[in-house]
Amino acid sequence: MTAQTATTLTVATRRRTGPSLTRSRRDQPSLLRQAVLQAVTVLVLLTVLFPIVWVIAISLDPLNRSRPEGLSLIPSNATLEAYGQVISQPTNNPISFLGLAGNSLKIALGTSIISVLIGVSAAYAFARFKFRGREVLMLAILGVLMLPPVATLTPLFVMLNQVQLDLPLVGAFNLRNSLLGVGLAIISGLLPFAIWNLKGYLDTIPRDLEEAAWVDGASYNQTFIKIILPLALPALAVTAFLGFVSGWTEFYFSWMFLNKVEDQTLAMALYAMQGQFASTPWSQFSAFAILFAIPPAIVYFFAQRYITSGLAIGGVKG
Amino acid sequence: MATVTFENVNKLYGDFQAVKDLNLEIGDGEFMVLVGPSGCGKTTSLRMIAGLEEITSGTLRIGDRVVNDVPPKDRDIAMVFQSYALYPHMSVRENLAFGLKLRKVPKAEIERRVNETAETIQLGKLLDRKPKELSGGQRQRVALGRAIVREPAVFLMDEPLSNLDAKLRVQTRAEIARLHQRLKTTIVYVTHDQVEAMTMGSRIAVMNDGLMQQVGTPQVLYDTPINRFVAGFIGSPSMNFVEVHMEGTGDGARLVGPADWSIPLPSRYREAATPRAGRTLITGFRPEHLDIGEANSSMGSFRARADVVEYLGNEELLHVNAAGQDVVAIVDSSHGVRPGDIVNLVLPLDKLHLFDGESGLTLAPDVAVVA
Repeated sequence: MTAQTATTLTVATRRRTGPSLTRSRRDQPSLLRQAVLQAVTVLVLLTVLFPIVWVIAISLDPLNRSRPEGLSLIPSNATLEAYGQVISQPTNNPISFLGLAGNSLKIALGTSIISVLIGVSAAYAFARFKFRGREVLMLAILGVLMLPPVATLTPLFVMLNQVQLDLPLVGAFNLRNSLLGVGLAIISGLLPFAIWNLKGYLDTIPRDLEEAAWVDGASYNQTFIKIILPLALPALAVTAFLGFVSGWTEFYFSWMFLNKVEDQTLAMALYAMQGQFASTPWSQFSAFAILFAIPPAIVYFFAQRYITSGLAIGGVKG
Repeated sequence: MATVTFENVNKLYGDFQAVKDLNLEIGDGEFMVLVGPSGCGKTTSLRMIAGLEEITSGTLRIGDRVVNDVPPKDRDIAMVFQSYALYPHMSVRENLAFGLKLRKVPKAEIERRVNETAETIQLGKLLDRKPKELSGGQRQRVALGRAIVREPAVFLMDEPLSNLDAKLRVQTRAEIARLHQRLKTTIVYVTHDQVEAMTMGSRIAVMNDGLMQQVGTPQVLYDTPINRFVAGFIGSPSMNFVEVHMEGTGDGARLVGPADWSIPLPSRYREAATPRAGRTLITGFRPEHLDIGEANSSMGSFRARADVVEYLGNEELLHVNAAGQDVVAIVDSSHGVRPGDIVNLVLPLDKLHLFDGESGLTLAPDVAVVA
């Protein structure tokens, strides 16, 4: 949510500053209008930043308080101790912070990559090919998109629980009680969005380009790989990023499906820190939350160029 | 290089028949222009040659090979699209090289051909730019270059000039014609602009409502249009038409129209017009064949009132009203006609066309009727 708001802001700022360099003076918005716009921007910015500032402040506060005293980013006696504690001993279970992060990363990368790969192939078929049941299937996908993830939890649990796998190197395991199973469950929720989002974008790529490629000597697959995929990069980046964040922050499925300590994810560990009976270690909790948020921020930073243009285009075309 | 042959080709979209029983042979090295109003089936025909549209029935050959079921990539054709369809994520160089790379042409050869083509289309300095950094005219050249570089058997061009401004269009028109003279490759060119068709085509195929109307050299179409549609479509400004009927017989036969419109029946139409005496006929004459003056025995004449006068420099375009009919005439501007003037327009009888009122077909005996 935060990432999306920030993105919208980036786009808005670019639009405002970009053309104004070349605009003549009288085309610029009036002083009053500018002031109002700036005020609104600052207000939005504060709303977005406030909880983050709060969490940072708590994570640095050695007193383990649940709310900071006043609005200082760095409290007195600030210390990074909480970070150290979280990294060395995140939970009471024998799993390291890196172990947790590794599991989250496996799920995030796996779901993101697979949902984009399957999603773009399906979206291309929906966007370009005429086949029986196309409209009905598209509606069905939209229907799945409208289901809350919790609604699919029980059926997925039952279905995945019935599958016993025996893979070389890994050995025998129950699909439900594995990262792979959780990944599949998440993908089932991500795919409809991926297909819908990518189809919307692929619809805007002119057919002429494909036809030109065919005439130039490309096969259908070559056209897809060399023309369509590069042109769809912004939409692919957005879909992959949103998939990554969904996988990284996913909680319900992992919490309900996974029993083994070594399969725990960051989101599960963070949730477990909230003391139901004992008090919550707020500083560590906040430090954990910040460490948890860093990887998506890094991914966003590198994919920013594509994501902003992708979101902007998606916004226009619906 | 190759011929392209349509044999009884039909194209249906559901119930709608876009192309009806098309028979056309495009010669090796010929510049064939398909022309007609929007929806006449010309672009569909071109796309069938490209393999972008399936043929519902009939046979299509490129050279001696039946290509009905051959995919576009194996047809050895290159196409210039109306939208140019340049790959936006590739530089000009990559756009040109794309087709060659797919065909696994050796790198050095690709390099050589791309550079050579870039020189031909005068884009050598822009090879590393992306399409969005080019002007409309430059994009058009790249699209042309992408076709040339492939050295295909047939070039297909779908209204390639329609997105250019008027000046650039005239310039590019000449360049394409020059290119054809040099490469001598078969070109099939689709346009709705009859001026383009007249100036570029070695032959022109006029289509309407999915039906081939007439095929011929520009001059044949201009001088001896087979029906009223072709007569009205070819030539600019378009031909004037007046409804008439034949009165009298033999040498005294006349074409009589509304009000006092009366012109001697040219003798070459006598045979076809006589059995149609009294029935509606349509006479056609081109604006540029009218003149102001006094009639003699080889001319028809009528009086008209000038409504609008468009001065064009050495000529002026008159919109006149003759017996309730709007007629356009191009006359020498030295006449200095003013709106409201009554003028006597004369028309050489050998330039007069006569069509059947119902079928619209010409009554001239010497018109080559196409298959």
